[in-house]
Amino acid sequence: MIVISPILIPFVTAIVCIIFWGLPKVQRWISLLGSATALVFTLALFNQVNAVGIQTLAVGGWTAPFGIVLVADLLGSIMTIVTAFMGLMVAIYSLDDISDVLEENGYHSLFQFMLAGVSGSFLTGDLFNLFVWFEIMLISSFVMLSMTGGRAPIEGGVKYVIMNLISSSVFLAATGLVFGISGTVNMADLGNRLPEIAAENPVVVTSIAMLYVVSFGMKAALFPMFGWLPASYHTPPTAITTIFGALLTKVGVYALIRVFSLIFSAPEIISLAQIVLLVLAALTMVTGVFGAVAQYDFRRLLSFHIISQIGYLILGLGIFTVDSIAGTIYFMVHVILAKSALFLVSGIVEKMTGTYDLKKLGGFYNNNMALSMLFFIPAMALAGIPPLSGFWAKFAIVKAGLEAQQYAYVAVGLFVSVWTLYSMTKIWTYVFMRKRPEALQGNVTELESASFWIRWAPTIAIGVLTVVMGIWAGPLYDVATAAADQIMDPSIYITAVLGGS
Amino acid sequence: MNLMLATVVGVLYATGVYLVLRRSIVKLILGIGLLGNATNLLIFTIGDVSRAAPPIISDGDKTIAGEFANPIPQALILTAIVIGMAMLAYAVVLIKQAYQITHSDDIDVMKTTDVEA
Repeated sequence: MIVISPILIPFVTAIVCIIFWGLPKVQRWISLLGSATALVFTLALFNQVNAVGIQTLAVGGWTAPFGIVLVADLLGSIMTIVTAFMGLMVAIYSLDDISDVLEENGYHSLFQFMLAGVSGSFLTGDLFNLFVWFEIMLISSFVMLSMTGGRAPIEGGVKYVIMNLISSSVFLAATGLVFGISGTVNMADLGNRLPEIAAENPVVVTSIAMLYVVSFGMKAALFPMFGWLPASYHTPPTAITTIFGALLTKVGVYALIRVFSLIFSAPEIISLAQIVLLVLAALTMVTGVFGAVAQYDFRRLLSFHIISQIGYLILGLGIFTVDSIAGTIYFMVHVILAKSALFLVSGIVEKMTGTYDLKKLGGFYNNNMALSMLFFIPAMALAGIPPLSGFWAKFAIVKAGLEAQQYAYVAVGLFVSVWTLYSMTKIWTYVFMRKRPEALQGNVTELESASFWIRWAPTIAIGVLTVVMGIWAGPLYDVATAAADQIMDPSIYITAVLGGS
Repeated sequence: MNLMLATVVGVLYATGVYLVLRRSIVKLILGIGLLGNATNLLIFTIGDVSRAAPPIISDGDKTIAGEFANPIPQALILTAIVIGMAMLAYAVVLIKQAYQITHSDDIDVMKTTDVEA
């Protein structure tokens, strides 16, 4: 039963929030309580998966492959922990960042529904059910993105909604075609059947695999399909930007890892898919980071960085060895934490100065050393400076790439890494080191004690974790390797779901 | 029957893609609606449309004898239709809001979030 808890707890929390519709202050506590409970249960789930092996639950008692089955393997349970943790952190941050109007319009229940959708995507073992969880996640995010109203959120929302609806259409069509050629949508069953079908008819199966690349690539903001992300992510309040930036694109990456390791792992398909993924990864990294370098808006700069980092994740998937997948998993957790910490800092800066515009900021290093460090550590982690988390994440992917002799792509990754550092120094110089423009000096409001701690506590917690992931990289990386071992040997997953046949 | 449905799916996809590529947001939404319907019809066609018996196992039997219609595509489509309707409803409200704010139907006008202020 514990398998379903990461989905059920946010879901119930959201419904209870709706019951207390007229009382936003009560909803705050319910949301916090629900998020904390979810974190405890996801940790328990991970513990069980780590000790006993893959956990499954046949929903409604309909056994696989006939009914929907929930599957928690190491990767899935790691991702639900990250989801629940980020949920709790952002739920705390929201107490100060989200206006009363949004709370009265059901922010808390939307937030929890979105978490349920994200966790559902990580745990489902059924392709069509994955589509349903995607849609639950998307419709909540649509509303959260545009609920602020005003020109920017609505315009950003139009692009976000349209691109994601097209992506869902492609996903659904691909799933329909998979059902057409195999007669099943259960992932484990597909893992059994598709290699045979692929050997007989590689063209059809490869085409379907490419449809998935397009669909999940749009959601993950891969190279030609990322336009919606920098158009929309910087428009809502920072708490919403943070949770979007942390989780939504990563669901797309997770789905790519899952379908290519489990369903389309036949050599006929993966050899072509690897080339496509590697090329897309390289282009994503480069365009993302150059887009970021050109920006003068704190959050827009970070939004372009999300795209660039997605490139690294797909690079790890494209190399497709146990080591590279382990690196991708480690990188995914690292980038969620580091990027979120930076977004939360941008929110603190905005609250104090009233602007995200780098040209209108400055002087924080002299006046607020603590905040500067709060930015500096995750920024250096993101750039990959040892001993922080990003160094080990990039090291693992680079090492795996060199072993797999993908020298050109590794070179691109390292090249982009330098530019990541450059764009972080850009924020560092503009916001922290240099003096603020004369006209704006002194125009800083210090936070009141309550809102100070609400904003600082989650930011510090996430920042500390990026350091922890750097210092205790050994044991944590072993977990990522164990998860990658499971991913790269589909028979473990298939046996756990369908029984020992 | 299958050939006819396949043609219809193709035409719907073509029309949908054409509309999505227009600059007018109303046509864009119509295009997305057509893409969704094309996909639903695609899944329906894949289920192999036939004049077979309903898939009901009679009392005492463990399997169905003879030809029967595949119920799964219909279950999938039903779910997809409901979700698609909700999504489209939201999109329609959103473009109405966008129109009220920008006084324009042109997606190219809506780029304040893409250019530096």
